[in-house]
Amino acid sequence: MSTAPTASGHRTPDRRAPRSTASLRHRLAERGVDSSLWLMVPALVFALALFVYPFSYGIGLTFQPSLAAQERWGGGVLANYVAFFRDPFVFDSVWITMRLALPAALFNVIASIPVALVLRRRFRGKRLMTSVLVLPITLGTVLTAQGLLIFAGRQGWLNRFLMAAGLVDEPLQLVNNYVGVMLSLIITGFPFAFLLVSSYLSGIDPSLESAARTLGAGWWQRFRRITMPLLAPGLATTFILTFVLAFSVFPSARLVGDAMGSTRVMSLMAFRAFGEQNDYPMASTIALMMGVVELAVVALVLAWRALLYKGSTGGKG
Amino acid sequence: MALDDDVDRGTVATTEGSGSGGRAPRPRPARAPGERSLAASPSTWFVWAGMAAFLVLLLGILVAVVVDSFGRGWFRTWLPPEWTTDWYSGAWDRFDLTHVVGVTVGVAVTVVVLSVLIGVPAAYLLARRSFPGKRLVNVLFLLPILMPPITFGIPLATVMYAFGLGRSVIAVILVNLVPSVPFVILTMTPFIEQINPAIESAARMCGAGIRQVFTRVLAPLLVPGILAAAILVLVRTVGMFELTFLVSGPQSDTLVVAIYRAMTSAGGGEARQLISAMAVIYTTTMLAMLVVALRFVNPTQLVAQVKDARDD
Repeated sequence: MSTAPTASGHRTPDRRAPRSTASLRHRLAERGVDSSLWLMVPALVFALALFVYPFSYGIGLTFQPSLAAQERWGGGVLANYVAFFRDPFVFDSVWITMRLALPAALFNVIASIPVALVLRRRFRGKRLMTSVLVLPITLGTVLTAQGLLIFAGRQGWLNRFLMAAGLVDEPLQLVNNYVGVMLSLIITGFPFAFLLVSSYLSGIDPSLESAARTLGAGWWQRFRRITMPLLAPGLATTFILTFVLAFSVFPSARLVGDAMGSTRVMSLMAFRAFGEQNDYPMASTIALMMGVVELAVVALVLAWRALLYKGSTGGKG
Repeated sequence: MALDDDVDRGTVATTEGSGSGGRAPRPRPARAPGERSLAASPSTWFVWAGMAAFLVLLLGILVAVVVDSFGRGWFRTWLPPEWTTDWYSGAWDRFDLTHVVGVTVGVAVTVVVLSVLIGVPAAYLLARRSFPGKRLVNVLFLLPILMPPITFGIPLATVMYAFGLGRSVIAVILVNLVPSVPFVILTMTPFIEQINPAIESAARMCGAGIRQVFTRVLAPLLVPGILAAAILVLVRTVGMFELTFLVSGPQSDTLVVAIYRAMTSAGGGEARQLISAMAVIYTTTMLAMLVVALRFVNPTQLVAQVKDARDD
């Protein structure tokens, strides 16, 4: 756009050549290519240098297995992948991660629907309630882990209370195992899911439900036929984002989990290869497979989401 | 489920005026329009009970850490026998927290400034223009957010070590930029879409160049959005564990990583109370930042443009 005056300024000396450049510029501008695209350059340089290049470098690295890996697993340049699928210690971590991340993400999304519905009403202390539910975002995984160790440990308040109330005879084992990691995933993931679900919910025009109610629909019918179909795409997005969070669980799996047993998640295995064994090719392989597994789940959810209603929910201004 | 009658009784009563005209007959106490019942239904109670359990767990965790950080000799009792603030001064000296907090703040501020400078112009283009390859660019900026941090973090860290940047503050900043820039783009795009393009066109017609449009017209309009994105990036960067952990060393640890290293250090780790004290410092910082953030932005508005529910 801003190039137009210079192009026309050049027209006097020669008629043919400038006209062709002007028209090229014009045609490019018609298709959206003009000088303002320079605004995109820093972001593109950044993405290429810090994301695309290291990522392709990492993919290349996975095909340069260490000699030890080649001798042990065979398969030549594919030795790292052979190791990944053959070594049960590594490959089982896929299922271990799934067993943690899928239930945690599902629970967070499903549990936040009724909570968001209840908190949609107006009542005293609503703002306070919302803030308290969002509070764990500030805790971070590390404080959550420390708090779980103290609060839910064998000597902690929770077990002391349960024993004093006569509900259990001996302390429950709530940390350093699967339960501990699950609790920490719920504490850190639920507020996030709740925030997203309630924002999607507030995007649905309440008059739709009022209309359904006027026409005689009961609460279940309204929920099943009005709210749910409009909310479902948002729920899919929320599930994806919470799943991504839960899938890359790392500090809590180590701190409140059983790092070499029931919570031996993929990120721990990747870091073990990276930081402790200094086997960068194997670490890249595990990291890459992590991305593949996660994106496969995300793609499944997205495919399901594509089947859902995508129009206006009436609430978007 | 929660969507029982009570949820909408208020709405209907206020919007339709007279309570139950012409709806399916259901036994219901006679009540003046707009009045609510005090006794909620079982499903609502169930939801409230679940929330209460969550809150008990949450407060238990929070209070336990705070009590632990102020207590001395707390093992088999409900509360510690003695109270002290020694753990804070102890942790501050033991882990050189002046340096750690300095690094944390420095890294966070640099990441925020850089990601806003890089991200906002790109968000502007993505919001306003269509150009060849736009979908590709969109995917490129979405991937770092969708992928687990470890997936791109490990190759990136390998590259950093190969370039001799490992364990340096620069590496920590660069690594944290990877999710931050796309995050700024993602949050800023809807903000820019809200601004009426006629304003920019008017400025252009009055002779403003693209830079002037940016500094004189767009920037003032975008300040709330930029603040929101900046504070969210700040919170994310201070809380980012995985990426920082992969490239940081003793001289470039941020607070989270320092706490993690203290918890997992060889030989059973440091005294629990020292770590609790550090964790409290961390959470206080985060809380202060989040409170500031919430003054500027309503988090639920980031996802969708909200039309307030009528009973809101």
